[in-house]
Amino acid sequence: MKLTLRVWRQKNAGAEGAMSTYEVDGISPDMSFLEMLDVLNERLILAGEEPVAFDHDCREGICGACSLVINGDAHGPERTTTCQLHMRSFRDGDTIDVEPWRASAFPVIKDLVVDRSAFDRIIQAGGYVTAPTGSAPEAHATPVPKADADFAFEHAECIGCGACVAACPNGAAMLFTSAKVNHLNVLPQGAPERETRVLDMVAQMDAEGFGGCTLAGECATACPKGIPLVSITSMNKEWLRATRKAAGGR
Amino acid sequence: MARTVWDSTVGKKTVMAVSGVIMLLYLVAHVIGNLKIFFGAGEFNHYAHWLRTVGEPFMHYEWTLWLVRIVLVAAVAAHATSAYQLSRRDLRARPSKYVHKKPRASYATRTMRWGGVILGLFVVWHILDLTTGTAHPGGFQEGHPYQNVVDTFSTWYGNVVYIVAMLALGLHVRHGFWSAAQTLGVGSRTRDRALKTLANVLALLLTAGFVAVPVGVMTGVVS
Ligand code: HEM
Ligand code: SF4
Ligand code: FES
Repeated sequence: MKLTLRVWRQKNAGAEGAMSTYEVDGISPDMSFLEMLDVLNERLILAGEEPVAFDHDCREGICGACSLVINGDAHGPERTTTCQLHMRSFRDGDTIDVEPWRASAFPVIKDLVVDRSAFDRIIQAGGYVTAPTGSAPEAHATPVPKADADFAFEHAECIGCGACVAACPNGAAMLFTSAKVNHLNVLPQGAPERETRVLDMVAQMDAEGFGGCTLAGECATACPKGIPLVSITSMNKEWLRATRKAAGGR
Repeated sequence: MARTVWDSTVGKKTVMAVSGVIMLLYLVAHVIGNLKIFFGAGEFNHYAHWLRTVGEPFMHYEWTLWLVRIVLVAAVAAHATSAYQLSRRDLRARPSKYVHKKPRASYATRTMRWGGVILGLFVVWHILDLTTGTAHPGGFQEGHPYQNVVDTFSTWYGNVVYIVAMLALGLHVRHGFWSAAQTLGVGSRTRDRALKTLANVLALLLTAGFVAVPVGVMTGVVS
C-alpha cells in the first residue's frame, strides 16, 4: 500500500505545531497502524530527519498507552486501540490525518505524545481500596452477587487511554472517571470509601481542567473497551447519594 | 453542601437539570392553558382571570401567580447561570480544534447552547409582549388576553419569532429531558429507550401545542 500521511509535528510543549505531509510506500495491509508509523520513522531516521514521537507500550490492546486521533476518530475508524488497528482498514492511496489527543488537561509534550498524568491524579484521589496486603484472601470470604461482579468487571476493563477525553467536544473525563468509580463502588471491597471516592475523584477531575458532560455520547462511541454512556449516569447517582450523605441525609 | 454542589461540574449540571425540569413542568401546564384559546374569548379570558384567583381564599388575589413567577425567575436565573459557567469551562477544556473535522453529536445536542440563548431572548420578548404589554403591537388591553394574542399573531414578526422559538424549544427539550434523567441518575440501560421516546413525545407535543395558537390565528380559526 502507498499512503499519504498528514501528521501533527510539534517540537515541544511550548512550540507551535503544524501538520506535515509524508508519503509512505510498501505498507502491508497486515501491519498495525503503529508498525506503519515505525516504517515511516525508519525512513525519517535514515534520511537524517527527526522521527515522529508517539506513545505505545504493550501493542496488544491492554495497556492504554497508545493514542492518536486518526481521520478525526480517537483510535481510528475501528472500535479498538490504535495498536490493534490494522492497515487493512484503509485503502491503497488514502490520505490519513494523524493528530494527538486534544484537551487542555492533556498538553502535547511532543508531536503525537500528550501528558496524561491528570488521569493518574484522578486515580490517586480515590481510585483504590483500603485492604490489608499479603497473600490473596480466601475467594469465598467476601461474596459478591453475580450482577455486581459483572458490573464491576465491565468497568474494570477501562485501560485509561483517554480516547473518551479526546473524542468529547468538551474535553471531559467523565467516562474514564465513571468507569473507575463504578468499578470499585459496587464491590464490598470498595464500600468503606464509597462516598469519598466519588466526591474526591470528581473534584480532582474538575481541578485538572477537564470540561463537563453534555451527554453528547462521543466518548462511549470512541471507547475501545466499550464502556457505555450510562456509566456516567451511574456515577452521577453515586455523586448525588454521597453529597446527600455528606450533608447528613440518608 | 450548597457550596460543594455549586463548585462541582456534576453539581452545576444538577442545578441545570432541576431548574430545567421545573421549567418543563410549567410549560406543560402553560400549553394546556393556551389551547383554551380554541374555545373562544369567553373561556380563554375566564381562564386567565382564574389564574389570578388560584388558592383563594387561603391566598390573596394574585399571590399564587406571583409565587409561580418567583419560582420561574429563580429557575431561569439558575439555569442560565450554570449553563453559562459550564459552557465557558467546556470551551476552555478543548481550546484547539482537530484539523480533521467531522460532525459530532446530534443536531439537538449541538444546538443546546444557541438554542438556549434563543429561548432566553424569547422569554424576555414574550413577557414584554403579552404580560406587561410594553412591546405589544397595537393597544395592549389588560384583562383581555384573547385579543392581545390575536393582535400579536396578526403581525408577521410575531409569528416568525414565536414559531422559531418553539422549534428551538422542541430541540432543547428533546436533548434536555433525556439529559436531565442522566444527570439526576434515573436513567439506566433498560430505561433508555423509554426515556428517549418520552423526550421526543414531550418535545413534539409542546412544540405542536404552542405552535397551534399562531397557526390558528393565521388561518382565521382564532380571530
Ligand atoms: C434561559 C434560557 C435557557 C438557556 C440559556 C438554556 C441553556 C441550556 C444549556 C446550555 C443546557 C446544557 C446543554 C447540554 O448539556 O448540552 C441546557 C440543558 C437543559 N435545559 Fe435549558 N436553557 C434555557 C431554557 C430552558 C427551558 C425554557 C427549559 C424548559 C423546557 C430548559 C430545559 C433544559 C433541560 C431539562 C436541560 C437538561 C439539563 C441536563 O443536561 O441535565 N431550558 N439548557
Ligand atoms: S473509558 Fe474507554 S476511552 Fe476512556 S480511558 Fe477508559 S478505556 Fe479509554
Ligand atoms: S499500546 Fe498498549 S493498548 Fe495500545
